[in-house]
Amino acid sequence: MANGLIRCENLWHIYKTGKVVALQDINLTIQAQEILGVIGQNGSGKTTLVKHFNGLLKPTSGRVIVGGVDTARKKVQELSSQVGYVFQNPNHQLFARTVEEELEFGPRNLKLSDEEVIERREKAIEFFNLNPYRKLHPYRLSFPVRKLVGMASIYTMQPAVFILDEPTTGQDHVTTRIVYRLIERLREDGFTVICVSHDMILLAEVVDRILVMRNARLIADATPREVFADLQLMHSTHITPPQITELSLRLRESTLQKVCLSVKEMVETIQDVMSGSRPTQSFNN
Amino acid sequence: MKNQQPIVQISNLFFTYPTSTIPALKNINLTINEGEYVSILGLNGSGKTSLLLTLNGIIPNMIMGEMEGMVVVDGKNTDDYPVREMAKVVGMVFDNPEFQLSQMTVAEEIALGLENLGIPYKDMHNTIHQVLEIVGLEGLEERSPFSLSGGQQQRLSIASALAMRPKILVMDEPTSNVDPIGKEEIFRVAEQLNREHGMTVIMAEHEVEVMAAYSDRIIVMSNGEIILNGTPTEVFGQVNTLNQMGLRVPQVTELACRLDQKRIVPFYGQYPVTLEQADAALRAELGCRKV
Repeated sequence: MANGLIRCENLWHIYKTGKVVALQDINLTIQAQEILGVIGQNGSGKTTLVKHFNGLLKPTSGRVIVGGVDTARKKVQELSSQVGYVFQNPNHQLFARTVEEELEFGPRNLKLSDEEVIERREKAIEFFNLNPYRKLHPYRLSFPVRKLVGMASIYTMQPAVFILDEPTTGQDHVTTRIVYRLIERLREDGFTVICVSHDMILLAEVVDRILVMRNARLIADATPREVFADLQLMHSTHITPPQITELSLRLRESTLQKVCLSVKEMVETIQDVMSGSRPTQSFNN
Repeated sequence: MKNQQPIVQISNLFFTYPTSTIPALKNINLTINEGEYVSILGLNGSGKTSLLLTLNGIIPNMIMGEMEGMVVVDGKNTDDYPVREMAKVVGMVFDNPEFQLSQMTVAEEIALGLENLGIPYKDMHNTIHQVLEIVGLEGLEERSPFSLSGGQQQRLSIASALAMRPKILVMDEPTSNVDPIGKEEIFRVAEQLNREHGMTVIMAEHEVEVMAAYSDRIIVMSNGEIILNGTPTEVFGQVNTLNQMGLRVPQVTELACRLDQKRIVPFYGQYPVTLEQADAALRAELGCRKV
């Protein structure tokens, strides 16, 4: 779609309580199949912005167009089959009595056949390693597992756009890897993913583009490499790039020429330098 | 200078929750010296929180179960002292600040603990002012705790714990629900309490890069047991062991390990664990290659 899957035109949002300006004149276009990160401190407007994409919030002024239609004219229920929103706090999302029921709810709502409902449910259980928990009440699960159930329940709906709000918060290294795999799988399957996160290592490795929010404004919109290499931008938003990126930036002053986003990339870059296949930078040139 | 006096001594500790048949803690033997900054690393469910809860006697005095072995903190066997007594020695901060806050103002939040200790009202004011200053919340005495940012709330939880003048600050994933600024603030306060006030800090965390930079010692837990216990260099040097357990090491350590194993850059078994160490090591190695 030439005009983009999601488009914000002069989007402002002012919360009625307290008259807080939460979004100030946001203009952006998101294409189908983009994998995108949104960063900024709490209160910078990240969550307010993405809640406009599935119609949970409506603009105070300006427009948000999703799939060619102005969200002001659509109900959240109509948008939710297109744009799935995984809440940061799974308690705001889960309500069924068992994990299985939770994972059947979405597909049933989409009026799928019983067979398809079960198929979607089982696919999600397998992908998120939820088999041991299938008969349990979501509230009996630990917070990280409950979060996976929240992601799984949206996964069963297979919306074109996935919004993940802080998917790795409270996760350990193993469950964080499930989130990585989820995003990679969604990319392969042609979904659009918008990931609001403070987890810079995750974003550096999985997203193609990062939106940086500060004080209700969109202050940068670029690739992770450009964003994390912009020290002034990082400093002004109090965001620290991944450690490996910081290291490559430090070494760039003397020897390396590439800003690296992952350990793998840095290994390859150093290998090139050491084997002499790429000239190192000297102080003279 | 680190004091070599042990402040925590745990011997042959086993604990099983009443709702379970599998022990949550198995054969724990651990000594922590006064003034140490100790981080605990492990997957969710590995026993980190259970271990922390034994330090102020919540286990076994409030959460009862089957316990064997002994936990001695500041010379007190936790079995013999009520939690309110242990609270004067061990300050606890949990991962979700909202669950810990209950009062109308920041000052009252801190006063609550002091009241429980029976501190007279006239003496409270100084303490409240002092602890708020330590955590950088001075001037916010009359604010509602719920109007604070996540990082501020967590620092208020730390201030409430400090008001009891504990010798040990125990924190269970204190940064898991806050933004990057909040994280920075919490780690800075913990470091300052440790370095400037000599307080023993024991913290469960997932952020291995930060852990490596601040900790004197790292303890790795898996299935209720202590698997590794040593300096950041010793522990994170065990890259393969940690990876097999599903744990990550600092990115710079992983880089060094891979460069070493692929024979691209030799590290002779000593991997850097902080950005500064990696910077220095690689600058030296790569510098040689400069044309």
